[in-house]
Amino acid sequence: MKIHEYQGKAILSKYGVAVPRGRMVESVEEADSAARELFREGATAVVVKAQIHAGGRGKGGGVKIAKSPEEAVDLARKMLGMTLVTHQTGPEGKKVQRLLIEETLPIASELYLGSVLDRTNGRNVFMASAAGGVEIEEVAAKSPDAILKEHIVPGLGLQPYQARKIAFRLGLGPRYINGAVKFMMALVHAAEDTDASLVEINPFVTTTDGRLFALDAKMNFDDNALYRHPDIKALRDLSEEDPLEVEASKYQLNYIKLDGNVGCMVNGAGLAMATMDIIQYAGGMPANFLDVGGGANEEQVRHAFDILLSDKNVKAVLINIFGGILRVDTLANGVVNAARQTNIQLPIVLRLEGTNVEQGRRILKESGLNFIVAETMKDAAEKVVAAAKGGK
Amino acid sequence: MSILVDKATRLIVQGLTGREGTFHAKASQAYGTQVVGGVTPGKGGTTHEGWPIFNTVSEAVARTGANATVIFVPPPGAADAIMEAADAGVPLIVCITEGIPTLDMVKAWEFLKARHSRLIGPNCPGIISPGKCKIGIMPASIHKEGNVGIVSRSGTLTYEAVHQLTVRGVGQSTAIGIGGDPIIGTSFIDAIALFNADPETEAIIMIGEIGGSAEEAAADYIKRNVKKPVVGFIAGQTAPPGRRMGHAGAIISGGQGTAAEKINAMKAAGIQVASTPAEIGETLVKLAPSFAKA
Repeated sequence: MKIHEYQGKAILSKYGVAVPRGRMVESVEEADSAARELFREGATAVVVKAQIHAGGRGKGGGVKIAKSPEEAVDLARKMLGMTLVTHQTGPEGKKVQRLLIEETLPIASELYLGSVLDRTNGRNVFMASAAGGVEIEEVAAKSPDAILKEHIVPGLGLQPYQARKIAFRLGLGPRYINGAVKFMMALVHAAEDTDASLVEINPFVTTTDGRLFALDAKMNFDDNALYRHPDIKALRDLSEEDPLEVEASKYQLNYIKLDGNVGCMVNGAGLAMATMDIIQYAGGMPANFLDVGGGANEEQVRHAFDILLSDKNVKAVLINIFGGILRVDTLANGVVNAARQTNIQLPIVLRLEGTNVEQGRRILKESGLNFIVAETMKDAAEKVVAAAKGGK
Repeated sequence: MSILVDKATRLIVQGLTGREGTFHAKASQAYGTQVVGGVTPGKGGTTHEGWPIFNTVSEAVARTGANATVIFVPPPGAADAIMEAADAGVPLIVCITEGIPTLDMVKAWEFLKARHSRLIGPNCPGIISPGKCKIGIMPASIHKEGNVGIVSRSGTLTYEAVHQLTVRGVGQSTAIGIGGDPIIGTSFIDAIALFNADPETEAIIMIGEIGGSAEEAAADYIKRNVKKPVVGFIAGQTAPPGRRMGHAGAIISGGQGTAAEKINAMKAAGIQVASTPAEIGETLVKLAPSFAKA
């Protein structure tokens, strides 16, 4: 799960990670009072930052400096409600509904800090780079040696010696070392304690007066661990997500919307990906990824069907099920009921195999509905692509 | 022969009294697996469907002589169940549970490093040696005894490959689903090394997917160590970057873990890569024609 920058900063500051003074605002009036307050408290300028779940906001015009409260209000008026397009939002962009207004700082240097799982050795790895403010992927591609890494022993957190090693190798001056060690340890503690799957501070800044701050904060959380963090779960912003994906998640369906016109319903993530692949191989484009899971019931199948069909781009549907725990007859009943209720006109190609496949095929046949039955995955892909192209 | 499981395997089920545990314990037993008991804390001393239930894994092992366990415990307690089994010295632990928090698995993985148990999974269908032993949730009927070893990150895609072989008359020595999570106990390399050493496994099918770099590492291992014919497939060739495709481990991040990289690594290692999932069985038969007559 993703959260906004202002939410990430609020969580991190609870763990002792220093963040600039600031306030989240949702209206021009709130922006006005937030900016005035910051200037009254001594800020010489403020930064107005659009809050969306995507990076690259600065380049897209979503981060601007104001030298007076009036300027801040002016910026807030322009930014609130605007559609921000960055390299991570896709061409349709995202609507800005919230802003973070923060004090500016006398920045001396910009660095990078991050924590993420290292799958190869099964531990979290803490990363740092003196090249802050740019995409870490670029740094990793161009000069991987510029990224310093320390693995974290489970349960122990980042040790002071590890943090010191990084701080010195980053070239931080003596006045920053102790503060940097505390900062990094707090950051790793926050990541572990909240089950964060990713924490990135980019940039992590030093100031000319010897302080350290998280100027930006990106936190993603492990969906599987949200059950033990109700406070974090409550931060989910549904307006940042695709409405169909939100709907699917209510029924524990794994749905990801794509751009094609062949809707697919599959059980199992691997088979679902492979089904998308073979549709493309047959000359079509998948409209979605949809894994109904191993133990889907009839109701879930019906909801899955509704979600597939609410995508107006869908011209034909491919259902590819290899029944293991999910029995083929259960699926067939769900499909037949859904097709009757929604009075579906689109061509539906089914390819069924596995547990109770004979009963499943009989249910489809006896339904009297006009399904296209395919034998193999290849056959199914070819039939559905032809149907989507208007074969019938 | 087969790897890891055979007719001598004595299985206990952690979470036997739950719905899934009961259903699959019965199916395993019906297939011929020796299911010798179950563990459900608080229900020790009772019986369930004729099986003795124990409060702890160590007690179950002491009383039944179990040498394998399968875990159907819900996600919040699953990593703990893995550690309990390892602490009791169970040589083979198969964890079916999907949705275990990553940091729980980080801890369990650290715990396992200092012990001698092998973990398969989590978030996997399990392991089957056709005709001998089935531990997990795979449909038994599609399998056939034979000489092809299959290792896969995906459950249903494993079934797909097995089915394609069986309808061509080609049997399997053992099929292992290693699981779709970022942290798993048995890697591609582990499974491939076992297949390579197994005299009755004559060819290997390896089914990967986007995310991580385990397939690349396995390809490198195969290039250096494996003389048996290997067929490969990678799911997710059309998956968009940055999105988690169902499996927690299936995500292209920062330009890493793409299908193209993995396919290139496999081809460079001499692995015959099936271009579509429908061609996995056919690719194997073409590569090793002797199987077609089996």
